[in-house]
Amino acid sequence: MTATETSQGAAPTTTRRLTTAKAMSEGIAQEMAANPEVFYLGEDVGAYGGIFGSTGGLLDQFGPQRVIDTPISETAFIGLAVGAATEGMRPIAELMFVDFMGVCLDQIYNHMAKIHYESGGNVKVPMVLTTAVGGGYSDAAQHSQCLWGLFAHLPGMKVVVPSTPYDAKGLMISAIRDDNPVVYMFHKGVMGLPWMAKNPRATDVVPEEAYEVPIGKARIARPGTDCTVVTISLSVHHATDVADRLAADGVADAEVIDLRSLVPLDRESIWESVARTGRLVVVDEDYLSFGMSGEVVATVTDRDPSVLRAPVQRVAVPDVPIPYARGLEHAVLPNAGRIEAAIRAVVGA
Amino acid sequence: MTLTSSPGSSSVVGAAEPDDTQRVAMYRQMVLIRTFEEALLRDYHADKSPVWDIGAGLIPGEMHLAAGQEPVAVGICDHLTTDDAVTATHRPHHLAIAHGMDLRKLAAEIFGRETGLGKGRGGHMHLFDPATHFSCSGIIAEGYPPALGQAFAFLRRGTDRIAVAVTGEGAANQGAFHETLNLAALWKLPVVFVVEDNDWGISVPRSASTSVPSNAERAAAYGMPGERVEDNAVEAVWQAAGRAVDRARNGGGPSLIEVHTLRLWGHFEGDAQGYRTDLEGIADRDPITTYEVSLRTAGVLDDAGVAAAKADALAAVDDAIAFAKDSPIPDPAQATAYAFTDTEVRA
Ligand SMILES: Cc1ncc(C[n+]2csc(CCOP(=O)(O)OP(=O)(O)O)c2C)c(N)n1
Repeated sequence: MTATETSQGAAPTTTRRLTTAKAMSEGIAQEMAANPEVFYLGEDVGAYGGIFGSTGGLLDQFGPQRVIDTPISETAFIGLAVGAATEGMRPIAELMFVDFMGVCLDQIYNHMAKIHYESGGNVKVPMVLTTAVGGGYSDAAQHSQCLWGLFAHLPGMKVVVPSTPYDAKGLMISAIRDDNPVVYMFHKGVMGLPWMAKNPRATDVVPEEAYEVPIGKARIARPGTDCTVVTISLSVHHATDVADRLAADGVADAEVIDLRSLVPLDRESIWESVARTGRLVVVDEDYLSFGMSGEVVATVTDRDPSVLRAPVQRVAVPDVPIPYARGLEHAVLPNAGRIEAAIRAVVGA
Repeated sequence: MTLTSSPGSSSVVGAAEPDDTQRVAMYRQMVLIRTFEEALLRDYHADKSPVWDIGAGLIPGEMHLAAGQEPVAVGICDHLTTDDAVTATHRPHHLAIAHGMDLRKLAAEIFGRETGLGKGRGGHMHLFDPATHFSCSGIIAEGYPPALGQAFAFLRRGTDRIAVAVTGEGAANQGAFHETLNLAALWKLPVVFVVEDNDWGISVPRSASTSVPSNAERAAAYGMPGERVEDNAVEAVWQAAGRAVDRARNGGGPSLIEVHTLRLWGHFEGDAQGYRTDLEGIADRDPITTYEVSLRTAGVLDDAGVAAAKADALAAVDDAIAFAKDSPIPDPAQATAYAFTDTEVRA
């Protein structure tokens, strides 16, 4: 992507609108139809259609041999996906909530992510690990985390985090076709679920044909000139809403960058924007320390800290478990109020 | 009816039958639990309209209720004191109440109030009560390993206290379950393992998740007695639990009990249960009604006794819920408190 490119790239061939969940499952369905080696497994992905709607309709279309409900045995079925991938299949394994990675992390980071390297490139692991992330609905400390910084920190897996229906489908197709393990993290709040508060952007135009969104390319979600807001996932929508409002109020014209991928990280797009605006806000629904927000800042300061005309503002979850009570939870999440304060701080408004 | 597969089940003591006072007490406990959860049900859904939003209302978030599974909680916990430990799951209320948790603190936590067990930080899947040594986890099977440590501490200190670890049949396919059984048997720790088999792990039926007909067989694989209670009846559970608790208290080591119980309601509130094939006539299988009928038939309970049980339960529950609703909401400025005992976290 060039930094000035703000559109989705493909010329729209349709005005059909889908929720992010539908766009995601359509991407899966098209790849499953095209490639018999693709199959999907996880908990409640069959008749239920995925707790967050990731696999709606897939069981009816492809049957239980290819859309497989597993026991609650994440180590076993993610390990199964790793093994099947090394034999040339293209499994998609769903970890229902990313918070459950604790019970199966070894298969993920010591096996899925390392086999290609350890084999000197002789063994590929072309699988996708899908997982739901994020809070905002009082699901408390064990069901609300994002944890993408942790996956991005551990070497050997690509990490993609769509925020829009268009990207959800395109990144899914790219992830399935990729010869590397790809962790595909979908925020519950962008899926457009009927039973959860949703941003209007959770439903949008999605082309009917299969298409790829390149892994490792950021997107300018909202062009602007006064400061750069680098973010990902649901926070893209919050940041865009705030930026639109502050621009209308004449406070600041903020550029919002949706990273879309953390691994590989599109450092060039971050750099290009911040070099232009001289002011940086990072909004991250993951924990503050040792994570994405620090990495984005380092991307700029490693190259040339003198482009920064104001101290950087980081809006992230402080280093505490996510609280249950609504007021406490919203105090730690990167909500509109905190994003606005950060933008005002960097532009000196 | 109980199916037993107990390799070397050692000396088994314990009363064969509860007396009538115990019977009525167990009935009343089950009524209290159901009344509490019915009240939660009302308040949970009351303010989630016109658009049902899981994050909205006085009680936000996921809500897993245990209606139908009361016999397990009451039949087990009747053998315990609050010095014994209980570790539970994402579906914890029945066990918490049966184990003697303060109803007000429980309700206040569920309503996210400062007076709750965890001062509103934990929520309904994360209840920690030092007064009753109760804890639970939203990560399935992960309540099993800590029970080992509680039992270890009780043993090292020379007490006859025990730990009870409860999980669902779906969770019995998790690595933590199997590691825990092995270690408990190897070190002869005083633990009673309980599996609540309600036939469903969310939408996945037991037949699609579990390779053996009974988890009691898995106990045998780890060299501990295992027993499957086929009836969702409090006295059947009570009897099996009596044997297992005695064994644990008297140096006989761990055992496992699986109860074939019933999930009367959805996996969580809002679950449309379209996948469920066993809903027809489900109300007729309500274990509290069944027990009430049998106690009436036995002449142990009459209209007045039933009415008193319900009235007393309602009074206790109303008090707890009113307490919760009147309690202060946590101050958002305190969101980073309690991360450490002694170290502040930058906001
Ligand atoms: C490690 C882990 N995987 C998945 C889940 C999501 N989950 C929560 S409850 C549940 C079903 C549990 O079934 P079971 O153990 O039978 O208990 P039940 O809900 O029937 O009481 C699942 C899959 C989880 N909480 N933890």
